[in-house]
Amino acid sequence: MNILETHHIVKQYAEHRALDDVSLSVPKGSIFGLLGPNGAGKTSLIRIINQITAPDSGEVILDGEHLNPSHIKRIGYLPEERGLYKKMKVGEQLLYLAQLKGLTEKQAMDKLKTWFIKFDIKTWWDKQVQDLSKGMQQKVQFVATVMHEPDLIILDEPFSGFDPINANLIKDEILELRDKGKTIIFSTHRMESVEELCDHIALINRSHKVLDGPKRAIKEQFKTHTYHVEYQGELENLPTAFEVLTTRQTEDGFLRTDIKIPPDAAVNELIRHLLDRVTVRSFGENIPSINDIFIKTVGETNE
Amino acid sequence: MNIIFLIIKREYLVRVRKKSFIIMTILGPVLIFGFYAIIGWAAVSSINQKKIAVVDESGRFSGKFKNDDETSFAYPKQSLTEAKKAFVKQGYDALVFIPKDVIEHPKTVQIFAEKSVSLSLQSNIERAIGKEIETIKLENAGITQKIIEDAKVNVDAQTISMSDAGEKSSNGIATTIISGFCALLIYISVLIYGTQVMRGVMEEKTSRIVEVIISSVKPFQLMLGKIIGVALVGLTQFMLWIVLTVGLITLGSTVMGQKETAKSAVTARMNGMPGGQDVQHKMATAKNPVADVMAAIETLNLPLIIACFLFYFLGGYLLYSALFGAVGAAVDSETETQQFMFPIMMPIIAAIAFAQIAVRDPDGPLAFWTSIIPFTSPVVMMVRIPFGVPAWELILSMLLLVIGFIGTTWIAARIYRVGILMYGKKTSFRELAKWVFYKG
Repeated sequence: MNILETHHIVKQYAEHRALDDVSLSVPKGSIFGLLGPNGAGKTSLIRIINQITAPDSGEVILDGEHLNPSHIKRIGYLPEERGLYKKMKVGEQLLYLAQLKGLTEKQAMDKLKTWFIKFDIKTWWDKQVQDLSKGMQQKVQFVATVMHEPDLIILDEPFSGFDPINANLIKDEILELRDKGKTIIFSTHRMESVEELCDHIALINRSHKVLDGPKRAIKEQFKTHTYHVEYQGELENLPTAFEVLTTRQTEDGFLRTDIKIPPDAAVNELIRHLLDRVTVRSFGENIPSINDIFIKTVGETNE
Repeated sequence: MNIIFLIIKREYLVRVRKKSFIIMTILGPVLIFGFYAIIGWAAVSSINQKKIAVVDESGRFSGKFKNDDETSFAYPKQSLTEAKKAFVKQGYDALVFIPKDVIEHPKTVQIFAEKSVSLSLQSNIERAIGKEIETIKLENAGITQKIIEDAKVNVDAQTISMSDAGEKSSNGIATTIISGFCALLIYISVLIYGTQVMRGVMEEKTSRIVEVIISSVKPFQLMLGKIIGVALVGLTQFMLWIVLTVGLITLGSTVMGQKETAKSAVTARMNGMPGGQDVQHKMATAKNPVADVMAAIETLNLPLIIACFLFYFLGGYLLYSALFGAVGAAVDSETETQQFMFPIMMPIIAAIAFAQIAVRDPDGPLAFWTSIIPFTSPVVMMVRIPFGVPAWELILSMLLLVIGFIGTTWIAARIYRVGILMYGKKTSFRELAKWVFYKG
């Protein structure tokens, strides 16, 4: 079941096509990584999903229905360029934002109380936003994004400006929301957090979607059938089917060699050959990181 | 609808709660009242009677100087040298010496005072002596006081304006003052509140909250909410100013009125009946001009003027504030606003210039056209209305103003929705024109 689907989205600005035939499926209950270099068109896509702008052609389906104004309250959006009214009090401001999302004042008050207790920020209620630190403002903004309990939460660079402790707090919140059945679209340049959090990813480059699917499947797809072995001794006379890529000295005095095997070859075969020749310390498959995949894909299409 | 109401509420409350709003709202009438009070106080306190001793060697002036609010005269039987020594101790402020041959040599009159004598007092004494000598000389020539009184004729022409309701006496100056005041008030308030809309939009853009807001509401709703919210702030301020000013002035007049009555009663008792009557008579005539203006105001169609003022304030404000809002959306910082402000300010400033012409010639062709064209009509039409405007002209002007502000709001909204999401790019007029025609 997909909470969000986009079909053949095209968005054209004066001289520049921001999105060209972009189709995506975001499964319900997933953390979906929306990746891409700067200027690829991620923000344009997010703005279309939020109904800030409309696509020139193509359609957006939210939970089986065409995107329409009633969906606004089902989406929570944390923009990358974030801000609050500087001269408004924190509590008042959050109440206002919640009411814009369709909550009544009383509902908003109840929800906010829970969040203020959870984040231990009760003393901030009557403070002006401009008197809070940047990290504190980010927390307030995160509350503003999720307080109306949207089904789809779009977070653009949610960790920027947070110290590691608060970043962790937000990360746990994201996971908790996912466990409650919410879907999170997560746009970031921090590949380690994508690696850690995302189940699905899509990669947009130069207005086109170049890659999407479950993270594991994509990693599988990008497997190079290379393995690494750390050992002592001389590794010579391997059968020509096993291609030795690189060999280097490790810090603790072992040798480390990357070996590529044919797609149809059995790994056990390689291991047997290795055991015959050297003393093996460790052995494993080289799984590509999202970072590698990103650089490889973006680099390729840009050539 | 509910959403726009929320936005209006926020925009309104944020501004009304600001210290600057509260200070301005209280300070405005206090300034006006303070001004009024200073003038009133100055007028009352100058009625600090000066006592003047007159040494009259000619013997013709005893009892001839009239006592009034400002000065009282006494005629001690002393020689000049005695009087010069004693007049300060006797409580006189000045000593006037009139020599024997004053009729032949009027320049020999002398005034002695401890402190220097004020110019007005000096001229009062000179005038009194001069007048007295004139009377004496006329009497010597056989012309009596009665003939002189008869010769004085008071001409006070009334201007009568012709209208459907028949003849009404009107006052050209009062009409001019009212029309100029209305026009200026519209001009100033359109500028002040238009700029507030611009600043509000810029604040949202530069603080980046706008992206959060417009993921919940349409840009047009946000813009409209802000414009209406600020308009309500403006109306609130007007109302409070009117209430406070009227309240303060009423209070002030009551207090001052009582003071004056008390004073005149005292003076009357002091000077005996003839002088007292004279003072009261003077006060009555002094009040006449005010009564004239009040009467003139009553002849004007005040409900029409107030209704038109509110309409043209709102129309002019809506027309311009939408454009100010678009400017706020198009720029990244205050300094960039200059180039866009210029073409918006031009017609408003021109309107004030046309208004000055319209005051002098309310039915001339320039006044007619500029009161029909929406960009200048709020100011110029307000000048013309107190003088009387044909109904069809008023209706045409209002209709065009409504069309005008719908038009500017439409254009502004299209610039606004693109502009608020554009960061770090310097915009040109060409670009703005393109934004107007962007889709979705």
